[in-house]
Amino acid sequence: MADLVFWFIAIFTIASALVVVLNNQLLYSAVALLFTLFGVAALYIFLWADFIAGVQLIVYIGGILVLIIFGIMLTNRISSVRLSQTNVQQGIGGVVSIWLLILLSLIISKTPWLEKQSFEPVSTVHDIGILLLTKYLLPFEAVSLLLLGALIGAAVLSREGT
Amino acid sequence: MDQLSNYLLIAAVLFSLGVFAVMTRRNGIAVLMGVELMLNAANINFVAFSRFGGMNLDGHIFSLFVIVLAAAEAAVALAIVINIYNNLNTINIDDASELKN
Repeated sequence: MADLVFWFIAIFTIASALVVVLNNQLLYSAVALLFTLFGVAALYIFLWADFIAGVQLIVYIGGILVLIIFGIMLTNRISSVRLSQTNVQQGIGGVVSIWLLILLSLIISKTPWLEKQSFEPVSTVHDIGILLLTKYLLPFEAVSLLLLGALIGAAVLSREGT
Repeated sequence: MDQLSNYLLIAAVLFSLGVFAVMTRRNGIAVLMGVELMLNAANINFVAFSRFGGMNLDGHIFSLFVIVLAAAEAAVALAIVINIYNNLNTINIDDASELKN
């Protein structure tokens, strides 16, 4: 049963990612990206990463996706229904990315991966919190400064008349 | 389902699709979506290696940082795209070639 759900989620994620990449309507692509991000969050839950799955839902779907949809709305004339866009050089791009995919899958399937025995934790939140405030305190603070800088930079960049 | 290579294969497919989007799409926001797909693929790899490497949480921390950086990147990239739209009235990134030559 769990196997079935896993493969369903995998195919669902990849199919919606295909829609993101190939659809000509930009808004449809954004909605398909929503389903892809949901599928990735479900994969995180399969990987016992409950906190990361929650962060994925909140930051990606609640933040980045809304930003992207706002970007689409602000840069297109909604009334004239010209939200479409075209792909260029699909042939050569497809060849390169399929070649990359074949290469990666060959490497993945040929490598003898060492898998350690691990046990499902009750929750990862406690340990992640302790790690963030001890071992990774400096990167944590640095990333918060970077977020502040990006916030101010984005506000300055998108101001009228700069 | 309990195999590392399954997750790595899914991540490889997502990454190739992201590369395809970045190479072929000409709308700035669509290119940004391709970048998001690639970041997600990398995140799946981090979490999968963490899960099959004895549930070491360092991979989780790293993917948290990747998510935060993706948020910062999306905010700045969209500000740039909106600025390009205001100045050139298009977001086709082939037309935004003022710095060329």
